[in-house]
Amino acid sequence: MNRLFDVRAVIGGIFVVYGVIVTALGIFDSPAEIEKAQGVRINLWMGLAMLALGLLMLLWLRLNPPPPVAEEPAGESSDRDS
Amino acid sequence: MSGLRLDVDFVDYLILAIYFITVLGVGFAARRAIRSSSDFFLSGRSMPAWVTGLAFVSANLGALEIIGMAANGAQYGLMTLHYYWVGAVPAMVFLGIVMMPFYYGSKVHSVPEFLRRRFNRPTHLFNALSFAVAQVLIAGVNLYALALILQALLGWPLWLSIVIGAAIVLSYITLGGLSSAIYNEVLQFFVILAGLIPITVIGLVKVGGWNGLVEKVRDTQLGDAALHTFSNTATSDNPLGANWIGIIFGLGFVLSFGYWTTNFAEVQRALSAKDMSAARRTPIIGAFPKLLIPVVTVIPGLIALVTVQGLGAEEGDLTYNNAIPLLMRDLLPNGVLGVAVTGLVASFMAGMAANVSGFNTVFTYDIWQQYIRKDRDDKHYLKVGRIATIVGVVIGIGTAFIAAGFDNIMNYIQALFSLFNAPLFATFIVGMFWKRMTPWAGFYSLVLGFLASLTLYLGYLGDVFAFNSDLEESFWGAGTAFVTAVVVAVVVTLFTRSKPEDELRGLVYGLAGPSTGVDVIVSADKVWWRNPVLLGAIAVVLAVLLYIPFW
Repeated sequence: MNRLFDVRAVIGGIFVVYGVIVTALGIFDSPAEIEKAQGVRINLWMGLAMLALGLLMLLWLRLNPPPPVAEEPAGESSDRDS
Repeated sequence: MSGLRLDVDFVDYLILAIYFITVLGVGFAARRAIRSSSDFFLSGRSMPAWVTGLAFVSANLGALEIIGMAANGAQYGLMTLHYYWVGAVPAMVFLGIVMMPFYYGSKVHSVPEFLRRRFNRPTHLFNALSFAVAQVLIAGVNLYALALILQALLGWPLWLSIVIGAAIVLSYITLGGLSSAIYNEVLQFFVILAGLIPITVIGLVKVGGWNGLVEKVRDTQLGDAALHTFSNTATSDNPLGANWIGIIFGLGFVLSFGYWTTNFAEVQRALSAKDMSAARRTPIIGAFPKLLIPVVTVIPGLIALVTVQGLGAEEGDLTYNNAIPLLMRDLLPNGVLGVAVTGLVASFMAGMAANVSGFNTVFTYDIWQQYIRKDRDDKHYLKVGRIATIVGVVIGIGTAFIAAGFDNIMNYIQALFSLFNAPLFATFIVGMFWKRMTPWAGFYSLVLGFLASLTLYLGYLGDVFAFNSDLEESFWGAGTAFVTAVVVAVVVTLFTRSKPEDELRGLVYGLAGPSTGVDVIVSADKVWWRNPVLLGAIAVVLAVLLYIPFW
């Protein structure tokens, strides 16, 4: 089996993007939106939380990368047959 | 604002679009790692335990589950917790500690294949066919429910949601097989939580924290009973209408063990783990989030009960099933709203993808390879698996429109589970621990157990048998199926020939195969935090402790 990419990269990537978008919204939330959320700056907090989760995933991947696969020689690429 | 329509804006759609693109990207990237059918159907048995564990819980965290459990929270109160703590955690731990050595150690590809090796081909064919049919039906239900919710929340026409949902699931599974299903399930797990947590947080702020919620729930028609789990269960006089025997044995033993330990759509996640220890830890790691998921399902149900005027209507926008969508509408500003919509969409796709990836594996390995085209090269089966995925999804679209004809989808699913899983669990548990059980005993116990449950179900529908509730019927149906299957297994064994012990090595407890001796089942991994028995014990103890404040 070819090396499958690591899922932590996917989770980290999408959560960093979500975190940035939602945090940015949270900074500029209108009073009406904050009032809808019962006075909680939910976009700001959830944005920062998602950003933190994303960065933690990427950090984990960085500190603890998957072990190298030493298997059969990687020659052929995958076959198209669908 | 009228109806359930959410006030979504550009950013919310952007968040949803990013999710769709990511999911498809995972499919394309996973495709590069697929060379053999084993890569496609079992991820080449290469996944770490935390990935398979989260996928295990995510495969169950379909939107029907989320929406249904929030609805139950609003309707029955904290007794809904039984579905998590009695009704899931012990069975998940049992699967990891006791059953996984047989599944993983025997190197089978699927649950039906285990039955073929333990019993015979008729048993195998019966189970493979019934599983394949049930998976396609449930995939259709998920698809239909997804379309319903998108119609209500976003105003998309039904057919559009069905086609988009089906096309995305189809693409990523056809491309990347089980690997991309599992990776997307892990991603979905986090997105679903990110979508649900704000609902609980803002909801609790609105009702004045936990104490405010408790006070307000006491004032509803459910009253104080909604705040207890066991203290009213000496009789059936409680919101759930079940006594403690029904809860512990019916829900906690027969229904839950049947679902978690023999449902291949779940077991498949563990079979893709990289080694025995990871496979055994898969359901146990899944048990820990399962303990806490009620915080984002049952509690929002209660919040909806006390904040949404008129919740609990028979039909229209205020049915219990709309508890979560109504809270999304009332509480979430744009931004987290988009994440919540994405989380719901993700959970439908998680449920459907689990069905589809279970279906294509069983169809290819257990039906096509066994009964239609034997001994072809591996590429042939890989191709069949991809075609089966496409066909399965297309039939799923068809069954989505059939599901549109049923008014209570959840009951339809519960009925399917009690019909198929309870007798299967009985057959399994006897077959795994009693080496004399004969091949034909396996077949007849499965078929007659199924027929017993079916008789009860049809009798209930046709008013021949009376039960207090659908729940009571499914308890009795599952219980009857279980007892019938065990009795038939014993009786038929007395009159037919057992398999020679050599053929049962690794499949039956006590016949020292490479992986199923006592030493393996209680064995310790080198480090304590990777020991399945210890982790499992912690999960069960936590489940018991969590009950204490809600007794």
